[in-house]
Amino acid sequence: MSLTKEQVLKIADLARLDLSEAEVEKYGSQLSSILKYVETLNQLDVSSIEPTAHAVSVATPFREDVAVQDETLEKSLRNAPDQEVPFFKVPKVL
Amino acid sequence: MYTLEGKKGTYEVVIGLEVHAQMLTQSKLFCSCSTTFGKSPNQNTCPVCLALPGVLPVLNKKVAEFAVKAGFATQSTIARKSVFARKNYFYPDLPKGYQISQYELPICQHGKLTVDVEEEGSQNSGKETKTFGITRIHIEEDAGKLLHEHPEHRSSDSTWVDLNRAGVPLLEIVSEPEMRSPQDAVAYLKKLRQTLIYLGVCDGNMEEGSLRCDANVSVRLVGSKDFGTRTETKNLNSFKHIEKAIHYEATRQIEVLEEGGRIVQETRLWDPDQEKTYSMRSKEDAHDYRYFPDPDLLPLLIEESWIEEIKKSLPELPDTKKARFISDYQLTPYDADILTSLKKLADFFEACLKDYKQPKKVAAWIINEYMRLIKADETMIESTLLKPHHVSETLKLVDDGTISGSASKTVLAKIFETGLSPKEIIEKEGLAQVSDDRALEAEIDKIIANSPKEVERFKAGNDKLLGFFVGQVMKAMQGRANPGKLNELVKKKLSA
Repeated sequence: MSLTKEQVLKIADLARLDLSEAEVEKYGSQLSSILKYVETLNQLDVSSIEPTAHAVSVATPFREDVAVQDETLEKSLRNAPDQEVPFFKVPKVL
Repeated sequence: MYTLEGKKGTYEVVIGLEVHAQMLTQSKLFCSCSTTFGKSPNQNTCPVCLALPGVLPVLNKKVAEFAVKAGFATQSTIARKSVFARKNYFYPDLPKGYQISQYELPICQHGKLTVDVEEEGSQNSGKETKTFGITRIHIEEDAGKLLHEHPEHRSSDSTWVDLNRAGVPLLEIVSEPEMRSPQDAVAYLKKLRQTLIYLGVCDGNMEEGSLRCDANVSVRLVGSKDFGTRTETKNLNSFKHIEKAIHYEATRQIEVLEEGGRIVQETRLWDPDQEKTYSMRSKEDAHDYRYFPDPDLLPLLIEESWIEEIKKSLPELPDTKKARFISDYQLTPYDADILTSLKKLADFFEACLKDYKQPKKVAAWIINEYMRLIKADETMIESTLLKPHHVSETLKLVDDGTISGSASKTVLAKIFETGLSPKEIIEKEGLAQVSDDRALEAEIDKIIANSPKEVERFKAGNDKLLGFFVGQVMKAMQGRANPGKLNELVKKKLSA
């Protein structure tokens, strides 16, 4: 399956990527080859197999509902590109 | 039936509600951060809810329990296996770039809620019992909070992010599009809220946002089988707003259609000041959430034995409690409805009955007096100084003649203010009832002596004046006279 230019641009838009003409061409063909590779799986008859989201059949473990605070505000904010204590600061969205 | 008239005919409105309920857990959905509301910004954060690289989510057990409880209370089918999915979108309130939710396999499906709907304009102010379907209930995480203006220096050149709420567990409860009037929607939401509070799953506080409601609204000509295009209205944080917003939105859609326009499927925001909805974003282009099962989380499996355990731990729900109050205590459905409207109120009522087995008297006092004292505020029931034993003690003092019925209201209101015992209040305020013949006769004699004209008219046959004399004595004694005794003595004196 080959992706159309519109599909590539839609995916880029959802991923917040601004692609040049050359990149649309390049990534479009790369994405198409990935899809083609995965398409091989369509040759299998899976009608009798229950859809699975994970390869292992184990259940998710639980954590007891206990609140623990071991991070400080300083540690939380430390790695952010921008901050203004006690907030993270991001480009204006509205 | 609620309908709206247009030039092209009569329209009906189709409503479905999406409710988000913050669960009353101590810690977040997938990490051990506290969920306490009102902490200073970003205090309740850790590498997991900040989405730092290399972290893994671990499910809070209480969340699964709460979801199963909500499932039972809404007669839903509870999935023994459900799956967490990623809902992908970019916004700074969501540090991971996706929200962990449930999509194809939610924890509950096919539920229902039975409600009594107040019928608008009906002659007998009747209520109609209706059942609305619940499509699904699923678990998801809340997003953080964005401030578009800095709380202190008021500048608005950036956006400030507080992630305390990011990762707080939510139940999303989606109804079928089966409601046909704003009243239906309000009744459904009230019942859902009451049920969640009874279960202890959510505190139901709509103002603080622990219970949020979005309304999907569309209109169609009466008789039409197809649904119209719907819009989703957000920011409905009170019952009044929901009612007004749905009515506004239905009216707006009819106007658009009648002018030959078409409804755009979009998200709209309710502006409570303007009492209007306005477009937030169009759903037509933007939304492609690319849901897929979260590889970080294995399926949520719930064992049969645990389901049974949770079922046994369910509290008595509003409908059952109401029915029991009617049959066990001979209360009217109206009274039982009020007393069971809040779980804490129902508990208070039953605590008063512990050593005073007169349910009707207690019910009357709670409904007429207590509700006014607490201003129907549930949190007051626990914080007030007036405890159930005060009520039973005071009502007993009415029964043995120590105080009058009207004085008991004063006594209880004073206890509410001061926390003193009934006896202390009675003494302090001089509220004890006077039943002593001589004391009463002395007052009656004074009134008779001062009212020669009324005495004459009474003797001439005007029986109604008996009430005048009783009233005057009562007034002179500041309401403390034993009314039965007083009546008897006044009659005796006047006929002497």
